[in-house]
Amino acid sequence: MSADAAAVSAAVADAHRREWAFTLAATVRVTRDLDLAEECVQDAYARALTAWRDGIPDRPGAWLTTTARRRALDVLRRDVLFRRAMPELVVDEAESAPDPADGFPDDRLRLICTCCHPALNRDAQVALTLRLVCGLSTADVARAFLVSEATMAARITRAKKKIATARIPYRVPSADDLAPRVEAVLAVVYLIFSTGHTAPRGSDLVRAELVERALDLCRMLRALLPEDPDAAGLLALLLLTDARRETRLDASGALALLRDQDRSAWDRAAIAEGIALVREALRARPAGRYALQAAIAAVHAAAPSWDDTDWQEIVGLYDVLLQRWPSPVVALNRAVAVGFAFGPEHGLAALDALGAEPHLAGYGYLAAARADFLRRLDRTGEARLAYEEALLLTENEVESAGSCSSGWSSWPDAGRRGACAVVVLRAGRRNPARPRCRRPGRRRSCGSRATRRASPAPPRPSRTRRSRTRRRCRGGGRPRSRWPAP
Amino acid sequence: MAKYLILLYDNESEWVGVQNEKTERMFAGHRAFGEKYGEAILGGHALQPVATATTVRPDGAGGLDVTDGPFAETKEALGGFYLVEAPDLDAAIEMAKQVPIAAASGGNEVRPIMVFE
Repeated sequence: MSADAAAVSAAVADAHRREWAFTLAATVRVTRDLDLAEECVQDAYARALTAWRDGIPDRPGAWLTTTARRRALDVLRRDVLFRRAMPELVVDEAESAPDPADGFPDDRLRLICTCCHPALNRDAQVALTLRLVCGLSTADVARAFLVSEATMAARITRAKKKIATARIPYRVPSADDLAPRVEAVLAVVYLIFSTGHTAPRGSDLVRAELVERALDLCRMLRALLPEDPDAAGLLALLLLTDARRETRLDASGALALLRDQDRSAWDRAAIAEGIALVREALRARPAGRYALQAAIAAVHAAAPSWDDTDWQEIVGLYDVLLQRWPSPVVALNRAVAVGFAFGPEHGLAALDALGAEPHLAGYGYLAAARADFLRRLDRTGEARLAYEEALLLTENEVESAGSCSSGWSSWPDAGRRGACAVVVLRAGRRNPARPRCRRPGRRRSCGSRATRRASPAPPRPSRTRRSRTRRRCRGGGRPRSRWPAP
Repeated sequence: MAKYLILLYDNESEWVGVQNEKTERMFAGHRAFGEKYGEAILGGHALQPVATATTVRPDGAGGLDVTDGPFAETKEALGGFYLVEAPDLDAAIEMAKQVPIAAASGGNEVRPIMVFE
């Protein structure tokens, strides 16, 4: 049965999303070379565009894998002398369990464990995962992280070269080593999701493509590791967080706070799936970090309204999370929840107890949270100062409603930062993996709180600040100083 | 099989005036490493302190300068090495984890050996 061009290209696009990782993973085993495997898989997808006009196969993954592997064998036979000179990927001979549907071994876990090997740095892990496991082009990966295509290409090439020359094996780690390796894989998936969920810089709050890919990856890991509570916990967290995607911006494109979001527009199917996964993940002892974060998200998702949110339950969950994962950012979120559970004066006291925490200096959410509690206590002057400070410390344009971020995009590997200050403030539920600070170069030392206090935000309307920043950015200069030049 | 060099870095100042007990622990660790990996260890030595190092480098006029001291002045210095054979990086990392690390600020670096064919 023949298919029309539109149906074929839709089927190929669908297969690209669903079958890329499987096809590539099975082809790598034949080629023992990541680049050649990629070429062969790309070639198989290109062939599908014409071949499938005669009929779309019942099992596109099997068709693509057969085609890619056949092509790989051809190339290997032809280039046998040339290939002998290249460092070969170390492939563990142990067979993976064959996929019941088509008999090919399912090597996807090998592929993602290799991409997220601890001998590769985190940026390389993320880039390789998006490129090799998700099948994104280098240009797409570069765009997602706002670096130039040349920079991203170099990063990916360097990582692949290290895999081959240092002999990082194409292997699922042994049972003893599996837990830390899975942890690294999940961290990469979470980072991809967070980058998509609140783009660190730029004019869009959400990059749907990255969010979708992270969800696909997480579903894949959940299927490959059905017994792993952390995979279940992370999938729950992503589903419950993303269930609110459509309501995070209002009609005018401004950030909608959790309090103001239209809860009837939340994705109830995703919430139901997420809550079921949370229950499963929380059965593990001790409960994992993602499961606890997901449980907090679940309390919000289950609340009929802002005012009916069970804040005491949320504080209790943060207490457990803080034991499991002692992080200043979690402590900050807990302090915010305390304010909603027991009153702003308690929240403010909890926040001020964190004032000496060096990791939170330069972290906009702390200022935003203080501002909100101060406002609710009618301490208007102090609140305004704190709001000014928060605005200066966030970079997403939607978040800060207008700071010039284009100047940052040319910074190599600028740090990720900036989820919704105000969402955290209202909900206390996002937990960025690490404290963020304003400039990439300051990632390691954010500057002490004392120095920040010593150079207070100029008390002028934020509009003035924004227009100054814009002017300077249009002139091509990079904003180097923490504060706008007078 | 591939060859890797495991480079042992430590902070020499942490060895000033240490008791025999710590030294003995280090030796015991190295002996245990040697017994565990036997033939996979192709060679290895401890190095004299960097104060004994001499560096030869171009003098910029076509000749060579000989100077006192290590090539790079860092707090952590190369204190020894093992040349090992391992099937892949995971195995080499596993070996490097078994090599005693002398100082809190020290560490073992794993470098694949380049092969010319």
